[in-house]
Amino acid sequence: MDRFSWSNGLLEINETLVIQQRGVRLYDGDDKAKMDVGAVLLSTHRLIWRDVKNQECCISMPLSLIIFFEEQAAGIGKSAKIVIHLHPAAANKEPGPYQNSKYSYIKLSFKEHGQIEFYRRLTEEMTRRRWEEKPVSQTSPVGPQAGRTRAVGIVGIERKIEERRKETDKNISEAFEDLSKLMEKVSLVFTKWCFNQQAKEMVEVSRSIANKIKDKQGDISEDETIRFKSYLLSMGIANPVTRETHGSGTHYHLQLAKQLGDMLQAPLEERGGMMSLTEVYCLVNRARGMELLSPEDLVNACKMFESLKLPLRLRVFDSGVMVVQLQSHSEEEMIASALDSVTDKGSLTAEEFAKLLGLSVLLSKERLLLAEKMGHLCRDDSVEGLRFYPNLF
Amino acid sequence: MSFEWPWQYSFPPFFTLQPNVDTRQKQLAAWCSLALSYCRHHRLYTLDVMEAQESPVFNNKKIERKLSMEAIQVVFEELRKKGNLEWLDKNKSRCLVMWRRPEEWGKLIYQWVSKNGMNNSVFTLYELSNGDDTQGEDFHGLEEWMLLRSLQALQTDGKAEIISMDDGKGVKFF
Repeated sequence: MDRFSWSNGLLEINETLVIQQRGVRLYDGDDKAKMDVGAVLLSTHRLIWRDVKNQECCISMPLSLIIFFEEQAAGIGKSAKIVIHLHPAAANKEPGPYQNSKYSYIKLSFKEHGQIEFYRRLTEEMTRRRWEEKPVSQTSPVGPQAGRTRAVGIVGIERKIEERRKETDKNISEAFEDLSKLMEKVSLVFTKWCFNQQAKEMVEVSRSIANKIKDKQGDISEDETIRFKSYLLSMGIANPVTRETHGSGTHYHLQLAKQLGDMLQAPLEERGGMMSLTEVYCLVNRARGMELLSPEDLVNACKMFESLKLPLRLRVFDSGVMVVQLQSHSEEEMIASALDSVTDKGSLTAEEFAKLLGLSVLLSKERLLLAEKMGHLCRDDSVEGLRFYPNLF
Repeated sequence: MSFEWPWQYSFPPFFTLQPNVDTRQKQLAAWCSLALSYCRHHRLYTLDVMEAQESPVFNNKKIERKLSMEAIQVVFEELRKKGNLEWLDKNKSRCLVMWRRPEEWGKLIYQWVSKNGMNNSVFTLYELSNGDDTQGEDFHGLEEWMLLRSLQALQTDGKAEIISMDDGKGVKFF
């Protein structure tokens, strides 16, 4: 505890607050410190503790004193703790509540939880060691002779993006010399990105590659484009519409609907023109990978199909089951096929029909009910279950 | 002569009330005609709903299907609407089945009377339903309440007049 000094609780100019947690009691080694419960603050430079009642009572300690720290799980009647092992205090230290201590460690006892997050942030700060960073000021030389300039502010971010773009561009133009080489390269880039970068950045790369492909379409054969595209798609939608890119509300749903229209066409054709909304939800979110859709957004986007004149429709059956179907997917055809199957077999349950068509039971039942509604089928509801017969009445 | 079942009788959906309106209408029509022809074949004039459920009409043991109580009520109600059935109590547990409506019976009787040139003669009700002269006629053996109803129908048409006699009722045809 003797490492702490009295503090006014204010942050230095370059110091920023990382996390704050209420209800923390300090321990001098294994003994409770004489102070009451308070709030502990983690900044980029210091660990600060402030009394909850007496705001004047505030102490701090530089992070550089920390050797290592560990978690101590909560027990019966015991709060979770973080044990922090410390270097000896500097000789010219400001005075603090303790003149000396027999312990070389302190404990933070979290009465109101939050230790997990705090531990995580502390770990982060200890690896980043931001207290060592010199403040960017006139003293640091700026210019080409300084080598790689430190990126700060929006300009810095832009510069970083530019650099990254150049790198990927280089990779791409190299890769286009040989498509097989490209495949390797991309998979390499992807794996690398997957492990190192955020998913959003990964999507960015795939988008830029997709654009490049579009531009150079003439140079590579259709077949290869398709192969490459399917490769991209298995990794995810190249450029998912997100709330960040398209704002909220109607506009977002409109864009989303357009994208859904593109990506659902093929799977729908494969599945006989109709998919339950649940199935669509799974498929879409699997393709999106990280930028997941909420069920609500999906429904709202699907409702836009009609006004956008897309070849898809959201359809709600009488039972409330919702499906997405191709517009070309005609009802008469569906009913006729249901009638054919039933006539063929004499009678069918929804389960048998599902097996016959390779559809989900839910959807096959909807088809049978529809055919019944149109008067082509009739039902036999007995202890053996619901069977459908051709309507002979 | 055994009763000839219609094809629907061995069609399992026949025993489930169909939700589709059009289909249900046809189904009910088939049920009505089956119920009436069955009663006619067995010369049944009254039916008990509980018993009806167990009777072969509504219970096909061969295909293990029977019409539910509610569905039977629906069929009976349909028959009532067509004038072929009358409830005997408020609980709708017993009913009269008129596989020929009173007017139809009346017509049959009047035809027989005219054919035999017995207009302006007087008959007792017993004579009509159980007399030797009517042997072989459809209305022979008709239950008295039904006979009376038919004659009342004729009376409203002005073709007969029911008269009270010392030991019951009689009728005079015009």
